[in-house]
Amino acid sequence: MNAQLQPTGSAYFIAKETEKPETHTLSVLVDNEPGVLARVIGLFSGRGYNIESLTVSETEHEKHLSRITIVTRGTPHVLEQIKHQLERIVPVHRVVDLTVRSHELGQDRPLERELALVKVAGTGEARVEALRLADAFRASVIDANTEHFIFEITGKGSKIDQFIAIMKPLGLVEICRTGVAALNRGPQGM
Amino acid sequence: MSSGQNERREMTGAEMVVQALKDNGVKHVFGYPGGAVLPIYDEIFQQDEVEHILVRHEQGAGHAAEGYARSTGKAGVMLVTSGPGATNAVTPLQDALMDSIPLVCLTGQVPTSLIGSDAFQECDTIGITRPCTKHNWLVKDVNELAAIIHEAFHVATTGRPGPVVVDIPKDVQFAKGIYVPPQTAPRTSYQPKVQGDLEKIKAAVELMANAKRPILYTGGGVINSGPEASHLLRELVDLTGFPITSTLMGLGAYPASGKNWMGMLGMHGTYEANMAMHDCDVMVCIGARFDDRITGRLTAFSPNSKKIHIDIDPSSINKNVHTDVPIIGDVGRVLEDLVRLWRATAKADKKALHPWWEQIAKWRARDSLAYKMNHDVIMPQHAVQRLYALTKDMDTYITTEVGQHQMWAAQHYHFEKPNRWMTSGGLGTMGYGLPAALGVQIAHPDALVIDIAGDASVQMTMQEMSAAVQHDAPIKIFILNNQYMGMVRQWQQLLHGNRLSHSYTEAMPDFVKLAEAYGGHGIRCEKPDELDDAIKEMIAVKKPVIFDCRVATLANCFPMIPSGKAHNEMLLPDEATDEAVANAIDAKGRELV
Repeated sequence: MNAQLQPTGSAYFIAKETEKPETHTLSVLVDNEPGVLARVIGLFSGRGYNIESLTVSETEHEKHLSRITIVTRGTPHVLEQIKHQLERIVPVHRVVDLTVRSHELGQDRPLERELALVKVAGTGEARVEALRLADAFRASVIDANTEHFIFEITGKGSKIDQFIAIMKPLGLVEICRTGVAALNRGPQGM
Repeated sequence: MSSGQNERREMTGAEMVVQALKDNGVKHVFGYPGGAVLPIYDEIFQQDEVEHILVRHEQGAGHAAEGYARSTGKAGVMLVTSGPGATNAVTPLQDALMDSIPLVCLTGQVPTSLIGSDAFQECDTIGITRPCTKHNWLVKDVNELAAIIHEAFHVATTGRPGPVVVDIPKDVQFAKGIYVPPQTAPRTSYQPKVQGDLEKIKAAVELMANAKRPILYTGGGVINSGPEASHLLRELVDLTGFPITSTLMGLGAYPASGKNWMGMLGMHGTYEANMAMHDCDVMVCIGARFDDRITGRLTAFSPNSKKIHIDIDPSSINKNVHTDVPIIGDVGRVLEDLVRLWRATAKADKKALHPWWEQIAKWRARDSLAYKMNHDVIMPQHAVQRLYALTKDMDTYITTEVGQHQMWAAQHYHFEKPNRWMTSGGLGTMGYGLPAALGVQIAHPDALVIDIAGDASVQMTMQEMSAAVQHDAPIKIFILNNQYMGMVRQWQQLLHGNRLSHSYTEAMPDFVKLAEAYGGHGIRCEKPDELDDAIKEMIAVKKPVIFDCRVATLANCFPMIPSGKAHNEMLLPDEATDEAVANAIDAKGRELV
C-alpha cells in the first residue's frame, strides 16, 4: 500500500538499496484473538513494509486459529526481515513465505486465487456483450434484473484484472475483491 | 511458588492482581493511583508482602521499574491508572522495548461497559501500547485475569526480554472469579529458541580458531542472559586470548580491568576498539544488534571480516549487517556450548595473535580518551574520573541520563561486574537516570547508587527527588552542569555552523536549594581542587543528594565517529580543532542523525 519502498532502519540506511524488489505471498498462522490483525498490520505500517493484499479468516475453529495471507513487495533482505518480525509477535504460530517455498519445490509460484464480485449495469448490446464475456471468463451471474448483473468470478489476480478491464466500457459500476488466498501445491501443509 | 490454599480460590479481580504479583515473586511495585485502579490500591493497602513505591509521575514509575529490573535481573513492575496514567507510561515502555528490559505494566481501564464511549480518563491503552510492548492484553473476564498476569510475567522475562501491558477494566477488578496459580505450560505460539544449533557453533569455533585478527563485540544480551553468561564470556576471553569490546549496553559483562579489554566501541567508543572492528578478520558479535551508533556507515563497516552473530532474536540476524555464521539462542547457553567445543577441539594459538595485539597497542597509544586538564575549571571527564576513583571500591551502581555526560560516564567510569550500569541506550531517554536510580536503590537499599546526570536531562524527571526522599532512598544525583544541552550543542557546532539554537538553558534552577526544598542535601562544586572533598561529602550523606558539579561549558565529547563516516575515520580529541569540527560532517552526513 505504500507506493515507495522505504529503508527499514535508522537514518544510516540512506545508502541506496541495490537489490531488486520482489512480490511474495506470506501465509501467517495466528491465534484468533482480539487485536491480532492489528498487531500484524501495525508491524507493516510501523516498519514501513508494503501490503499489496491481505486476506484473513478463521480456518481452524476448534483450535482458534486464523490464517492471514499477505502479498507484500520488498527486496529479499526486507522480505526476510518481515518474516522474522512477524514471528516475534506472541500470538503468531508460523510464518511461511509461500513464494520461497514454491521455489524450493521447483515451482514458479504458489497456487493463488481471488474472488471478485463485479456489478455491471446497462441495456441493449452492451448488456448482451457483458453476459457473453462473463461466460467466456466462467464468471457466474449471482444477481440480475433488466438493468444490471452482478458477476462472481474466481481466479488468479491477473484474470480478474483482465475481466474488470473488459467490463469497464460495458457499464462497470463497482467491484469487491477478497484479496489473495494461497496454498502451496503438493501434499504437505505449511 | 504458590501456597496450596491459593489453588483455584474465589476472589475479586483486585485480590487476584496482588496474589498474582506475590506468586510471581514480586516484592516491589512502582506506581501512582487513580480512579481506575482504586480497587487494586485498596488490596495493596491491606497487605505488606508487596511494597508499593509511590512516584510523582508515571514515567518515573516506569524508569524506576526499569532500573530495578536491570540491576536485579528480575522483572520490574509498574502500576498506573487509565488514560493519562497509561499514556505517561509509554516512554518507559518503549525504552524497555529497545533495551530489552523485562517490565510488567499493569494499567487500570474504565469499566468494560464504558469502553469506547470516550469516558473520563479513557484511552485506547492496548492500541497505544501495542507497538511499544512485546505483547499486551485487555482483560475482559475476571476468570482470565490470573492466567493473563502469569503469562505476562512469562513473556516479559523469557526469550528476548521486554515490556508487557495488562489493561484491567475497573469492573473486572471488582468482579469475583476463580484464581489460578502460575502454570508451567506456556502458550504454544510463544516458544523462544534458547539452545543454539551445534553445527553452527562448530563452524564458529573453526572460524575463530583460524582467525589472525579476531575481535569479540558484546552487548546487552550478555547481561540479560544472567550472571552465568558474563562468567562464560570471561572464560571464553581467557581461553582464546581475543581482544574484546562492548556496546554501551554491555558494559560490565567483561571487567574493564581485564587485560583484553579495549573499551566501548561505536560513535563515542575508543579508537582502538573501532579500528580493531574495522580491520578484524573474524568478528564474534555476542548479544548485540549492529545498531547504527555502533556500525557507522554500513557500506564501510568492517569490510574484510567474517561475522559470527549470537542472538536470541532471529530478526536481529542480517537486519543491518550480513552474518556469515548466525547462531540463534540464549547467549548463556550458546557460550556454554562454545566454550566446551573450544576446549575439546581448538588449540589456542595465542602466539598467532601477537601481530594483532601489537597493532592494537599502537592504536591504544593514541590515547583517544585524553583531554586537556584545566586547573581553574572542572573538566567533565575529570569529574567522572574522580567519582570513579572515590567510589570504585564500594558497592556502587551507576545510572545516567542521556547526552554528553552519559558518554563521558561510559568512557571514564569502569565497570567490573554486570548489572551495575543502567542507561537508556536504544531510545536515548533524557530523564531516565534519576527515577532509574530510585528503582536501583529500592532493590539494593545499602548500595551506593549514583545518577551521573546532565543539567538538562535531570530536569525532565526531577520531581522523583520527592519520591526518593519519601522512601528513604539515598540516591546521589551527580550533575555535570555545563548549562547547555551539551550533546545538542556539540552537534550544532558540528553540523549547523555553531548556531546554538535553543540549546542553552538561560534560567537554571539553584540545584542546591532545589535539593533542600525536596528535603534532600545539596552540594555545589566549582573548582577542581575542591572536587574530591565534595564527592566524599556526597557519599557520606545518608539521604538523597543533588551534586551540582559546575564543569567547563563548551567541552566536546571525543573521540567521535561523525555521521556517515566509517570506523577508521574517527575524529580524535587532539585533532579536533574548531575547523576540523566544523568540517567533520559533509553535506550528506548532515541528513543523518
